[in-house]
Amino acid sequence: MPTLISLIKKESLHIVRDKRTMLITLLMPLVLLLLFGFAISTEVNDVRIVAVVDRHTDTTREILEKFSANDYFTFQGLVSADDVETLLRTGKTDVALLLRNQNGPLEYQIVVDASNTTSAKAMTGYIEAVLNSGRAAAAPAVLTHTLYNPQMKSAYNFVPGIMGMIFILICAIMTSVSIVREKETGTMDLLLVSPIKPRTIILGKLVPYFLLSCIILAVMLLIAYTVLGLPFSTGVVNVVFISLLYIVLSLSIGLLVSTIVNTQLTALIVSAVAFMLPVIMLSGMIFPIDNMPVVLQWVSCIIPARWYIEAMRKLMIQQLDIEFVFQEIAILLSMTTVLLTLSVKKFSSAQ
Amino acid sequence: MNESNDIAISVRNLTKMFGAFIAVDHISFDVKRGEIFGFLGANGAGKTTAMRMLCGLSYPTSGDGFVAGCDINTQAEGIKRRIGYMSQKFSLYGDLTVMENLRLFATVYGMSDKKISEVSTDLFKNLEMENMRDTLVKDIPVGWRQKLAFATATIHSPEIVFLDEPTGGVDPITRRRFWELIYKASSDGMTVFVTTHYLDEAEYCNRVSIMVDGRISALDTPQTLKKKYNATTMDEVFRIVAKDAKRGD
Repeated sequence: MPTLISLIKKESLHIVRDKRTMLITLLMPLVLLLLFGFAISTEVNDVRIVAVVDRHTDTTREILEKFSANDYFTFQGLVSADDVETLLRTGKTDVALLLRNQNGPLEYQIVVDASNTTSAKAMTGYIEAVLNSGRAAAAPAVLTHTLYNPQMKSAYNFVPGIMGMIFILICAIMTSVSIVREKETGTMDLLLVSPIKPRTIILGKLVPYFLLSCIILAVMLLIAYTVLGLPFSTGVVNVVFISLLYIVLSLSIGLLVSTIVNTQLTALIVSAVAFMLPVIMLSGMIFPIDNMPVVLQWVSCIIPARWYIEAMRKLMIQQLDIEFVFQEIAILLSMTTVLLTLSVKKFSSAQ
Repeated sequence: MNESNDIAISVRNLTKMFGAFIAVDHISFDVKRGEIFGFLGANGAGKTTAMRMLCGLSYPTSGDGFVAGCDINTQAEGIKRRIGYMSQKFSLYGDLTVMENLRLFATVYGMSDKKISEVSTDLFKNLEMENMRDTLVKDIPVGWRQKLAFATATIHSPEIVFLDEPTGGVDPITRRRFWELIYKASSDGMTVFVTTHYLDEAEYCNRVSIMVDGRISALDTPQTLKKKYNATTMDEVFRIVAKDAKRGD
């Protein structure tokens, strides 16, 4: 026990004295949360719109007025149908609204610059909403209710994803690098040749990074519930519980990486490429899993972050009770058990 | 096999294979208590592999051996408690202070806080490092760092200390001073098992062994070896013995 404590103390000194890394570690979650929460937003403002009308009627005038009055749009005026392509191509406008009524009832056509698909989708959505608002009484309109995140605010939508990423980053990368650093400098040999049991060495490595992750978890939750305005409920206990599980899982990944590689650089690259990228691309953090090709959907199943993020979405955004995330918990738990057993075994036998 | 009191290390037919590659090929030797035993060999000759088995870091594929009275096949834990080890790069934690490093390893070897402060006071005095107690190890000169690494490896008064190329990259004067530390430890009864690249250092050892391609090709006192190979320096002896080496550089 005194050995473990002195190892933990030593590792904590490494962390605290490496000011730069420590600063990055503590600032990164903050910056990412605020960046994704406020700066990066999938909402689109100031949509520049031109209109093509082949015959003016009261209806068309009414529609155009709606667009000029709407804050989300900047109505740039009427143009001829031939100019639409040039305007879009040169980027002088974002959307063209074509109103045709020469051959009977009014027809709409939306021509949109979809070089950015996300904003194109948002823009067409707005336009449809504006067009629908006038017809609500006349024709049967589609009424959309957005549950759980009624204002479609992206501010706290990203919280689960960022948490899923940060913990992999801190736990996996920092742990693996710190263990491999000791291999490189030779201090690992000193520990291994001493009477310390390999599992004590492992614990001495994992505990400080676990504590550090707990601090980061607390900071992130604090920001999510205050600055980002995530609705607070008693479910936060479940959020913390699953996050701790995920932290242990990420630590095991770091440990596993450290048993495989021998230089800090490889540890960094392996952790980044093999763990960070899949988390960003395949976990559903940014790109919905349902839209992926089937093969990638299978791949995403073995990515721990996918299950963590899903659980977090259900708990934090949908405010569901813990029984709705039992599946995710079970998967994370079994992944943790397998990874931890594997890495501890590999660490102990590799020496 | 040989647990008499004056034998610190005794191995018979020690062999380590990695797949089909025989890293250490049936080596046998004894090291007497209090002896300074030089373990020479070119890179790749199997020195490190042999030393790792002696330190309880890996198990032999076949063969027997006793280190500090413990069986290397079954009592690795016992060996680890009875030996000290200093690695090639005098590795200590650069971002910890001198005292923090010392305290860490002393605790690891089961010393109490009280004992540690007692021992460390004497130790700093002997090493003339009293004013460096709270300096970060990365900020002290290499020569001092090396002395500190040796002090750390021997703080728990082990029966045997293994030094893996302890003088690599250090100037001759510092090396000379370091050997004084080794002599001191040896005269206190500690057995010193040292690998080195510097053949002049081989002359300082009581006995040396020269490993070539996983086997021990020569083992005796430096004087006897020089006579046997009709050489004036250990460097010449090494060249003659190792000239047929197929592995390493």
